[in-house]
Amino acid sequence: MTAAVAVRGIEKSYGDLHVLTGVDLEVARGSIVALLGSNGAGKTTLVRILSTLLKADAGEASVAGHDVASAPAEVRMSISLTGQFAAVDEILTGRENLVLVARLRRVPDPGGVADAQLARFGLAEAGARRVGTYSGGMRRRLDIAMSLVGDPPVVFLDEPTTGLDPQARREVWAAVRALADGGTTVLLTTQTLDEAEHLADRIAILHEGRIIVDGTLAELRALIPAPTVEHVEKQPTLEEVFLAVVGAKGTP
Amino acid sequence: MTALTDTAVLTGRSLRHITRSPDTIITTALMPIAFLLLFVYVLGGAIDAGAASYVDYLLPGILVITIASSISYTAFRLYLDLQAGILERFQTMPIARPSVLWSHVLTSLVATSVALAAVIAAALVMGFRSDAGVLGWLAVAGILGSLTLALTWLAVIPGLTATSPDGATGFAYPLILLPFVSSAFVPTETMPGPVRWFAEHQPVTSIVDAVRALLAGQAPGADLWIALAWVGAILAVAYILATAAYRRRIG
Repeated sequence: MTAAVAVRGIEKSYGDLHVLTGVDLEVARGSIVALLGSNGAGKTTLVRILSTLLKADAGEASVAGHDVASAPAEVRMSISLTGQFAAVDEILTGRENLVLVARLRRVPDPGGVADAQLARFGLAEAGARRVGTYSGGMRRRLDIAMSLVGDPPVVFLDEPTTGLDPQARREVWAAVRALADGGTTVLLTTQTLDEAEHLADRIAILHEGRIIVDGTLAELRALIPAPTVEHVEKQPTLEEVFLAVVGAKGTP
Repeated sequence: MTALTDTAVLTGRSLRHITRSPDTIITTALMPIAFLLLFVYVLGGAIDAGAASYVDYLLPGILVITIASSISYTAFRLYLDLQAGILERFQTMPIARPSVLWSHVLTSLVATSVALAAVIAAALVMGFRSDAGVLGWLAVAGILGSLTLALTWLAVIPGLTATSPDGATGFAYPLILLPFVSSAFVPTETMPGPVRWFAEHQPVTSIVDAVRALLAGQAPGADLWIALAWVGAILAVAYILATAAYRRRIG
């Protein structure tokens, strides 16, 4: 069985700036892989190549068995991309946004699909309101809900929780987890180590244009010498305090 | 077939933008109507255009100004879609790529038609009368419709390439001012040599003269063919540049 996403030797430069210098990456079907890297490491560039927005200078990449360069239309049938900034139509209502995507994806019963997505992402009550009135977290959830219309088998999430408060972030995490449980392949980029640790089955670190490490969290931990045992009183993190004080439900 | 369905769905979306913010049509129609009032009731008395009624003389030029101010909103809407990442979302979906641009163009045609109808209605109130028959009006609609189409494709270029909202809409100002250096407000015979030469050889004069003749129930003669040649040339060049800008933009 081929991998859901297979990348081999992908290179991309902008003039003298060599963003990707030979990326190799495989994402198994139904898994969550986090692409970790600092700002400007080229995470977004790689995702844009995989989602047919950008052409690579060299190398091969296939998504759901289709080559991104020679069969972009087939790739687009199999993917959805949630970019760094919620790409939602502010003038339409949340429901209209979902119906629009459902129509464009030729999903039978667009209205029913829209209502199901609204319920799934806790937006049922806000569905009839214009997106311009939504909070950042609601927009992001709508954005992801729109990406999942038509159940694309491969989902790219480019920094899905950037700019979200801790609660909204946990909601997004729960949604991503539920996706993978349903068999969807997820490739997400993040700069938050925490996020990679919480969500991903495998973590790939993109640094200076290449994947320098790729493995499970346990494998990555094994790269560093065994920890020495010390007794440290575990202080709650500020995030835990925040969530406890505002009464959020437990960790996803 | 899919391209048509996609275009229809996307056009429905951007038409909804207009019905949700009708102010774009109101502001589009407001400036031309203000020009009508200003020129008919303030300046018109001092202008000898030779026509029986100055509003009859003036209206065709005002309609061209209406189109120019309307299409700047198309550039603006396209710019916003690009900035919001909505265009990218559409690009990663299995939809016919040209339908994204066509939906904006069709929306522009609808919005401009509504604004033109509002301006013509205002002119009727101010005493505009036409001797044109059904065929004449159809010909006027054809000229104005194809001019809107051509200028809309022109507006797509800044919509896709601008780096600020002002840049996206600013290109319309020269288009709005061009009718002033044409036969739209005063006959070109009154202008000094070089200005007159420019006025008589720029597209607005032939378009305005053709529309004026048609509205008066007369044969437009050569002006019609010169006007159509201009419109066709603008359309062809703008369409080629706009689709090239689109390809560059979406990589």
